[in-house]
Amino acid sequence: MFSDYSMGELGAIFAMQGFAGLILFSVFVLMALGLAIIFGQMGVINMAHGEFMILGAYVTYLTSNFFSAYIPALFGMYFFVAMALAFLASGALGLFVEWAMIRHLYKRPLDTLLATWGLSLILQQIYRSVFGAREVGVTIPDWMIGSLPVTDMIEVPINGIFVMVLAVGISMAVYYMMFRSVWGRQVRAINQNRVMAGAVGINTEWTDRLTFGIGCGVAGVAGSAFTMIGSTGPTAGQLYIVDTFLVVVFGGAASLLGTIASAFSISQAQSIMEFFLSGSMAKVLTLLTVVGILMLRPQGLFALKLRK
Amino acid sequence: MKRSFSSFMTRQDMVGFAILAVVIFVLLPISLDTFRLNLFGKYLTYAFVAIGLVLCWGAGGILSLGQGVFFGLGGYCMAMFLKLEASTPENTSIQSTPGIPDFMDWNQLTALPAWWEPFHSLAFALFAVVAVPVFFAFIIGVAMFRRRVGGVYFAIITQAFAAILTILIIGQQGYTGGVNGITDLRTLKGWDIRTDEAKEILYYVNGVMLFVVLFAAQFIRKSKLGRLLIAMRDQEDRVRFSGYDVAAFKIFVFCAGAAFAGIGGAMFTLQVGFMSPTLVGIVPSIEMVIFCAVGGRISILGAVYGALLVNWAKTTFSESFPELWLLGLGALFIAVVMVFPNGLAGVYSEHVAPRINRLFNKSAADMAGAKTPAE
Repeated sequence: MFSDYSMGELGAIFAMQGFAGLILFSVFVLMALGLAIIFGQMGVINMAHGEFMILGAYVTYLTSNFFSAYIPALFGMYFFVAMALAFLASGALGLFVEWAMIRHLYKRPLDTLLATWGLSLILQQIYRSVFGAREVGVTIPDWMIGSLPVTDMIEVPINGIFVMVLAVGISMAVYYMMFRSVWGRQVRAINQNRVMAGAVGINTEWTDRLTFGIGCGVAGVAGSAFTMIGSTGPTAGQLYIVDTFLVVVFGGAASLLGTIASAFSISQAQSIMEFFLSGSMAKVLTLLTVVGILMLRPQGLFALKLRK
Repeated sequence: MKRSFSSFMTRQDMVGFAILAVVIFVLLPISLDTFRLNLFGKYLTYAFVAIGLVLCWGAGGILSLGQGVFFGLGGYCMAMFLKLEASTPENTSIQSTPGIPDFMDWNQLTALPAWWEPFHSLAFALFAVVAVPVFFAFIIGVAMFRRRVGGVYFAIITQAFAAILTILIIGQQGYTGGVNGITDLRTLKGWDIRTDEAKEILYYVNGVMLFVVLFAAQFIRKSKLGRLLIAMRDQEDRVRFSGYDVAAFKIFVFCAGAAFAGIGGAMFTLQVGFMSPTLVGIVPSIEMVIFCAVGGRISILGAVYGALLVNWAKTTFSESFPELWLLGLGALFIAVVMVFPNGLAGVYSEHVAPRINRLFNKSAADMAGAKTPAE
C-alpha cells in the first residue's frame, strides 16, 4: 500500500496524519482526564461523562451567543470566559449528582454504571428539548481561523494547535492538583486506604464529592474545547464514551501518565491507519488491538504496584 | 425420582412457570390481534437475552454489556440463511449478478463470499445460531476469566466488543448489508414467514423455545453449578480456595448466556423479518440489561416479565409521547438501581408473596406439617 507514494509524499502524509492524530490525541486526553480522576481514583464508572462534556459545549455555545449579542467588542476573548463557566456548570452538576445518586452506590460499581447510564439518557433528552435535535456550532473568534504553513506540503490549522495547547495546559493543571495540592493528597490517601484516611481526619465524604465534581468540571472544559473543532449535538457524548473508557483502562486506571500515553498511542494508530484503510476499519483494528492487549495485560500499560 | 424433581423445581416455581405459560400461550394470543401479538413475540425474544443475563449477572455476578453481540450474531446467522433463500436467481434477475443478495450487488460484489456459502444449508444455519455466539463467548471468556478480569473491567470490554461489531457491520456494507442490515426476508424452506398465519405459528414456536431455555436456566440454577455461581458472586476467593476452578464455571455460564441470546436473535429475525446493527450496538446491549434488572436480576421468570413490561412501555410511550420515553427510560434505570434493586421479583417476594401466603396460610401449614417427617 505504500508503493503508490513517493518518499516525500509519504513523509508529508505521515506528518499530516500525525498532526490530525495529535488533535485526536488532545481530544482523548481532555475527555480521559476527567474520567481518570473519577474512575481511576474513585472507581466510579460514570457513563454520563460524555453528557457532562456536552454540557460544557452547550455552555460555550450560550456564552458565544451572549458575547456576540451584548459585548461584541470582547468577542475574541469569550472562549476563556466560556471555559470557566463550563467548568463551573459541569462541576456543579457533578456535585449535585454525587450527592443525590453516586454516594449511595459506592459499594455497587456495576449499579453505578446502570444508574449513570440512566442519567445520561435523561440529560440527552433535556438537551434535545432545550437546544433541539440538530447540532449547533459556535462562531470561532477570528484569531483562531486559518492555518500555519510549515512546509509547502504541510499546513496545520490554528484551532487544532489551540486545542493541543489547551490539552497540555489542562493536563498540567490536573497533574498539579493530583500530586501537589492538599486535595490531591487526600484523594490519593483515600484511594489507598479509605478507613485509615478517615481516621487521620480527612473528610472522606466531602473529598469524594469534590473529586467527582472536579472530574465532571474537567469534562465540561473538554466539551468547551470541543466546540473549537466540531459541532455539538445532544447525543455527541455517547459516541465517545467507549473510546474514552478504553483509553483510561488501557493506560492503567490509576495512572495519569498511563492515560496520556494510551491516548497518544490509540489516537496516532487510528489516524495513521485511517489514511490507508477506510475510517471504520481503522477504528475496528485499533479497538481490537486495544482490547486484545487488555486481554493479555488486564492491568493496563502503567499499573501502580499496590498491595491489595 | 420424585425427590430429584422437587430439588429441580419447587411447588412455587411450578406455579410460576404455569402462570407464565398461561400468559404466553393463552392470555396474550386471545387478547391481541396478530400485529400486536407479533410485537409481543419480538419482546419475548429479548427475554432470551434477559434470562442469560440473570444467569451471568444475577447469579454469577458477571455483568456483560455486550449481550447484543450474541443476540446479533444469532440473528445474523438466521438472516443469512433466509436471505440466501430469498435471493434465488429468478427473484434477483434484475441484478447485474443474479443469485446473490441484493446489497452485495449494490456494492459491486460479483460472487458470494466463501463464508456465506455454508448458510445455504438450514441445518448449518441453525447450528451456527448457537455455535457462533458460543464460540465468541468462549474466546472472550477464556481470555478474561483466566486472567481473573471481572466486574467493571469485564463490563467495559464487552461494551467495546459491542461497539467493534457494530462498526464492523456498518463498515463492511458489501458483506453484511451495512446500516440497513439484512432485510427483505421471505421464506423458510418455501414457507412464507410474512403471512399473518405464519406470524402466529412463529409466536408459538418462540414461546416453546422460551420455555426450553427457561427450563435449561432453571436446571443450571438448581444444580450444584448454580449454587457455586452464587457462592462465586458473593465470595469468589473462598470458592477458589475450596478447590473449584472458578474461571471454568464463569466461562460456562457466559457461554450459556450467549447461546440463549443467539437463539433469541434467531427468533427475532424470523418474527420481525430483518436483522440490523441497531440491535447489536452499545445502546441495545445496555437496554437488555435493564430488562433483566427490572425483572429482578435473580429471577428467570422476572426477566421475562421485565422484558415484556419495559418493551410494552417503550412502544406505548413512544407512540404517544416520543419525547418522554427517554426521560422515562433514564428514570427507570436510576429507580431500578436505587429504589428497587431486586426489581419486580423483589416487589413480588416482599409484598405480594406474604399476602398470598397469609391467604393460603392454613393449607401451607398443613403441607409443611406433612412434609417434615418425610425429610
